[in-house]
Amino acid sequence: MSCVIGIDLGSTTTKAVVLDEQGAILGRGITNSRSNYDLAAAVARTEAFINARFGLIQQRAGGEAANAVPRLRRAFVLEQFLHQLRRLQQLVLEEADQTIPAALRPAFARAVDRIFAAIVGEEEARFKQPPVARSDFFRDAAGSAFMRLSENGAGVEGVTFDRLVGLYDKCIIRVENEPLELDFRDHIGTALRRIGSPAGLADAVEYAATADLTPAATVGTGYGRARLPFPKEQIRSEILCHGLGAHALFPSTRTVLDIGGQDTKAIQVDPEGIVTSFQMNDRCAAGCGRYLGYIADEMNLGLHELGPLAEQSKRTVKINSTCTVFAGAELRELLSLGQKREDILAGLHRAIVLRAMSLLARSGGVSDEFTFTGGVAKNPAAVRAIRELVDENYGSRTINISPDSIYTGALGASLFAKRMAA
Amino acid sequence: MAAKEVQKDRSMVLQKEMIANHFARLERAPENHEPVVYTFVPGNLTELIRSFGALPVLPEINALQSGMRKLSGDYIAEAERAGHSEDVCAYVKCDIGMMKSGNVSPAGTRLPKPDLLLLSYTGCYTFMKWFELLREEYECPTVFFHVPYQGDGKLEPKHREYMIRQLREQVIPALEKATGRQYDEERLRHHLALSARAEDDLVKVLHSAKRRPSPIDGYFGTVYYVGPVFSAFRGTEEGAEYYRALREEVDARAAAGLGPIVPDGSLDDQRFRLVVEGPPSWTHFRDFWKMFTDEKAVVVASTYTKVGGTYDFGFRHDPGDPLGTLADYCSGCYTNLNLPARVEMISRYIREYDADGFVINSIKSCNSFSAGQLMILREVEKRTGVPGAFIESDLVDPRYFSQANIKNRLESYFQMLESRRQGQAAGAAHEAAAVAV
Repeated sequence: MSCVIGIDLGSTTTKAVVLDEQGAILGRGITNSRSNYDLAAAVARTEAFINARFGLIQQRAGGEAANAVPRLRRAFVLEQFLHQLRRLQQLVLEEADQTIPAALRPAFARAVDRIFAAIVGEEEARFKQPPVARSDFFRDAAGSAFMRLSENGAGVEGVTFDRLVGLYDKCIIRVENEPLELDFRDHIGTALRRIGSPAGLADAVEYAATADLTPAATVGTGYGRARLPFPKEQIRSEILCHGLGAHALFPSTRTVLDIGGQDTKAIQVDPEGIVTSFQMNDRCAAGCGRYLGYIADEMNLGLHELGPLAEQSKRTVKINSTCTVFAGAELRELLSLGQKREDILAGLHRAIVLRAMSLLARSGGVSDEFTFTGGVAKNPAAVRAIRELVDENYGSRTINISPDSIYTGALGASLFAKRMAA
Repeated sequence: MAAKEVQKDRSMVLQKEMIANHFARLERAPENHEPVVYTFVPGNLTELIRSFGALPVLPEINALQSGMRKLSGDYIAEAERAGHSEDVCAYVKCDIGMMKSGNVSPAGTRLPKPDLLLLSYTGCYTFMKWFELLREEYECPTVFFHVPYQGDGKLEPKHREYMIRQLREQVIPALEKATGRQYDEERLRHHLALSARAEDDLVKVLHSAKRRPSPIDGYFGTVYYVGPVFSAFRGTEEGAEYYRALREEVDARAAAGLGPIVPDGSLDDQRFRLVVEGPPSWTHFRDFWKMFTDEKAVVVASTYTKVGGTYDFGFRHDPGDPLGTLADYCSGCYTNLNLPARVEMISRYIREYDADGFVINSIKSCNSFSAGQLMILREVEKRTGVPGAFIESDLVDPRYFSQANIKNRLESYFQMLESRRQGQAAGAAHEAAAVAV
């Protein structure tokens, strides 16, 4: 099957989109960029092809077997998780062997084994429950479980929380930067067995596993695009990719706003999706996605929890500075003045959007239709602020937000790849 | 692009010698009893200064050269330690820092103290504050020459008379006092005639960028070309000689169908023709230039290369009207033009030089240049239909140059130009096909 792939190497996450020869999306993949763009690109690409192969299974499987595909997908994700977890455990034990004083070593080894056994237990149990949303990334899920279980497991036999966390911090980076066997063929067999190999599914799996998905063209984009091992002709700027991606999702788009990890882009496109004008923030990342990341860390919250909390606000606090460096100080100052967390967060979201509005104005304003892309488009408080401010400044506009908006840049890149392959 | 080795034009070698000789002469000025006058590039009265046998020192040129030689970061830090804020013009801080670090010029020679600070005000308010600071440090006389701003787009005869009167009643007496010499109008005419000769050659060089390929880069290359005429060498024999050599060199490149010498060789294959507004980032000059040449982009005209005079619109120093011509010169410098005049100038460049686009480099620490640039961007786009790019950096403060961010914007911009070009070509083909059917 002929296909093409677009890869968007963002500063926070790396995304990949695979298209078939008609331009329909076969698969999407995402991973954290982990300061290693080469590996992040490889992982996102692998994930996108895994996703594409599951799409093929879904197409092929009929009747009862088709209903089992989502469960097979979850089993596959669990197998990938457990594979990484085993490697992490091995590294943590090796690290403990080298850095923990000999007298304490056996106690640490026992504590580590207990923690990892507990995580495995939790994951197996989680698989049996109805799905609950959580971060897609191994680092987030494994990290939060490890911290929680370390807190419980510390304090006995000289095992301290700090040392346990130190071991974890050192090893998670290594796990993330090793090329692990996480591909379709590596885990589909065990995943299938885990769900009891339902009748009719094995054929579909075999079909998907053997389907030839060799991309005819690859195009890269995003902040780290210069790191991609492609010739220059296969690299496109994020601006062009977000413009074309937004056009593909919503063909009447004329203005695009992308709030990414460390830059915000306001883009104007013509009826064909060709960029006619754009503005980006300067080298300061104030008001970009990364700012929300720092705020989440300061508040000890997950990034995805910020928007919903801000939505509970009854009285938005006015915030002028969106300086990422001063984010923590600003926040603590407001908390010390007795402001509520949700009100501060509502103010922060509005301040971010105000900065984006200034870029939009510079780029030529907001025309109908307006498409909001990037990771921040998933945040309900940011979306609400955008809607309010666009309405205040430009009047009624159709505002498009795709649930897959985070893939807009990768989608644009894949469309460029399709043109290249044609 | 041709060979990788660094190529240098003969004119460049000549200029290097001129600058080295000038700094050496400045170092010996106290022992040779040659008077020294500090003045600024926009509205510099070099011919008048020279007619008194004095040597000019141009602090902004020293600052930008310190930037190119990677010295400005330390000088700026020195000035900030002395209490100057981060937001102050980076040229000022670089100059103050250089002075506090022993006043060693970018050429490595010692700079003499000024006998006079000649402040020609041509639209930059910071210049006044700068010389106030220098006056404190050097405890030397200052003379202020006020050039009325072209707020309405042109000056009245009374403004010209006002400037001539200032020259006669204030500037010339101050120069007489500082140098101990009498004003000699014949000598001034002699220098002005040499200026006009150099200016003729310079304009021919600037206009050569109308050709395809352009034999010059109208920004990165031209900041070198305007060096002598913007600084100590206007109205001198060596200045006139430099411009003759430069013109011959450019004529030869044009005749051979060659592009300009750029960091990686000769840029003969030119994919984009651009106009640039705003000064370059001196601390990363070569990296910045390469971001253009890597995309085969040549700059065909720029406004920054007109801060020391808008000769390409017809002005020449006129020996027949010595003080009047100095007034006209000062009032026409780019820094003294209002926003509509700047919009008109950029639009005219885009049309006359057949440019594909224009880039605004907005300078963080220069409000006088940067204020209104977004309006300029929108207005020029509207008038010409040509898209503009907007990037931000600084003159000589290396902290404000973000390589990744600027490269990202420029790459995006060039790809946008390319895709618009392809889109237009596809549109044209589509229309042609429709007509054929």
